[in-house]
Amino acid sequence: MRVLLAMAALALVAAAPPARPLAVTLPDAEGLLPERYGVSADAANNNCLACHSAAMITAQPRLTRVQWGETIAKMRTVYGAPIDPADDKAILDWLVAD
Amino acid sequence: MGRYTIPMLTRRTLIASALAAPAAAQVDLGFADNGLRPTTRGFPQKGEMILQRSTPPLLETPLSVFDEADFTPNDRFYVRWHYPFPLEVDPARHRLRITGHVTKPRTLSLDALARLPRVEIAAVNQCAGNGRGLFAPRMAGAQWGNGAMGNALWEGVRLKDVLALAGIKPGAVAVRASGLDAPVVDSAPDYAKSLPIDHALSDDVLIAWGMNGQPLPLLNGFPLRLVVPGWYSTYWVKMLDQIEVLDRPDDGFWMAKAYLQPANSLADVDPASPAGQRVPVTTMRPRALVTNIASGARLPARPVTPVQGVALGGDHGVAMVELSADGGTSWVPAQLGPDHGRYAFRRFRGALALPPGKHSILARATNANGVTQPLRQNWNPSGYNRAGVEAVAVEIA
Repeated sequence: MRVLLAMAALALVAAAPPARPLAVTLPDAEGLLPERYGVSADAANNNCLACHSAAMITAQPRLTRVQWGETIAKMRTVYGAPIDPADDKAILDWLVAD
Repeated sequence: MGRYTIPMLTRRTLIASALAAPAAAQVDLGFADNGLRPTTRGFPQKGEMILQRSTPPLLETPLSVFDEADFTPNDRFYVRWHYPFPLEVDPARHRLRITGHVTKPRTLSLDALARLPRVEIAAVNQCAGNGRGLFAPRMAGAQWGNGAMGNALWEGVRLKDVLALAGIKPGAVAVRASGLDAPVVDSAPDYAKSLPIDHALSDDVLIAWGMNGQPLPLLNGFPLRLVVPGWYSTYWVKMLDQIEVLDRPDDGFWMAKAYLQPANSLADVDPASPAGQRVPVTTMRPRALVTNIASGARLPARPVTPVQGVALGGDHGVAMVELSADGGTSWVPAQLGPDHGRYAFRRFRGALALPPGKHSILARATNANGVTQPLRQNWNPSGYNRAGVEAVAVEIA
C-alpha cells in the first residue's frame, strides 16, 4: 500500500513521452556458417539464415540428430520457413558434424 | 559508446570502427558445453553486451553490471526480439489502437496517453528463459546465462486508464497486446500476448515510455512497451501499437502453443518423464544471484569473504536472502539493500568465512509470500522459470 501511495505521489513528476524521432542502425550479422570437418554448410546457410543469424545455431548445445530434426520441423510448420525438404539431410549432416 | 572520447576521431568513425572491429572480448557463461560468447559494443544505445545473436538481436547483460547499482543502466539492459522491427520510429506519428470488445475503439497518440495520470514503478524485467544454458540436461532455445534480466524504473500510464478510454464491454476475458515487430515470413504468427482481464485492469500494469528517466531505448521497445511487474518479460510487449480486448480466451500461437510450462508452480518435471499438462508461463519466482564473484574465481584468503548480489522476489517483495558454504546445511542471513518496492531488485551483501580450498557458495532468496528457492534445480523441456539456488564455485588461495 505504501508503494502505491508513493507511486501516486510521484505521478506528477514522471517524464513526458518522447517527441523526437529515433533512428538506429544495427551491426552486420555474424556471416555464414562455416564448413565442419569437410561437411558443407551450404544447405544450412541457404535455408536457415533468412530469419535469424548464424549464432542462433552455433550457440546451441550439442543436440542429437532427432532434436535438430524437430527444430527444423518447428521452423517449417510454426514459423513458415520455406526449407526445401530435399535439403533436410544436408542441413542435418552439417548440424551434427560438430 | 559515450565512455570513449577520442578527440582525434569523429563519432561516425568510431561507430564504423566498432562495427568493423572483431569482438572486443569473450566471456564464459559457465555452461557444461559451448558457453563462450563474444561481447560487443556494436549495438545502438548499448554499451558492452554479451552477443548471443545479432539478428534478431539477443544481447545479454554481464552479471557484473548488477553489482554496480540497484537499477540496470539502459545501455546495459538486455535485449530480446523474436522478429525484425523498425529501426526508425517517430513518436509524433506513433499510434496505439484499442480495438475488440470495447464500446468505442480508439486510436491514441502519445500526447493523448500523456494526458492520463502518469505513474512509475520499479520492476524487474526477466526473460522466461533466463539461465536456460545452465540447465542439465540442456535444451534448444536462446542459450542465456543469468543476464537476461534487469531492473528499471518504468514510467508511463496505467493500462486500465487507457482501456477505460475505449470502454470495456461486459464479457471481456482477456487483453491482447502486440507491437511493430513482424515476422519475415507472412505465415509465421505475429507476436501477441494476452493478460487475463482482471490482471489487465490492476493498478500495476503500465504502458510505459520512460525507463530510468529516459525514453525507452529502441532495442527495449521505443516508444511504448507494456510493463507487467512480477510476470515474465514475454508479456512486456515492445513497440506496443495494438491492444485488443477479447471476449474469448486467446487461442493465438504465442499464448496457446509457445511459452508454456508444466502445470506446477516450479515448472518442474523429471527430464525422463513426459511434460504432462502445460500452462502459460506467468509469474516469476524468487531468485538470488551472486554478482561480485564469478563462478570459478580464485580469491585470496581473508578472515571473511564478502558475498554480494541481487535478488528478486518474483511477484512479491524480497523478504530474506541467505548464504551457505556447506551445501545448504547451514545458512547465514545477508543484509538487504534499499527497498524499491515489491517488484524491484533488492541487492544483498553478506560474508562467509572460507578457509583455503575449494568452496561452493550458495545464495537463496525468500519472498514476502514465504516462497523460498529450492536447493535442487527445477527442470522443464523448454528451459523456463529457472528458480533453484545457483552455486558459485570459488577457490580460496
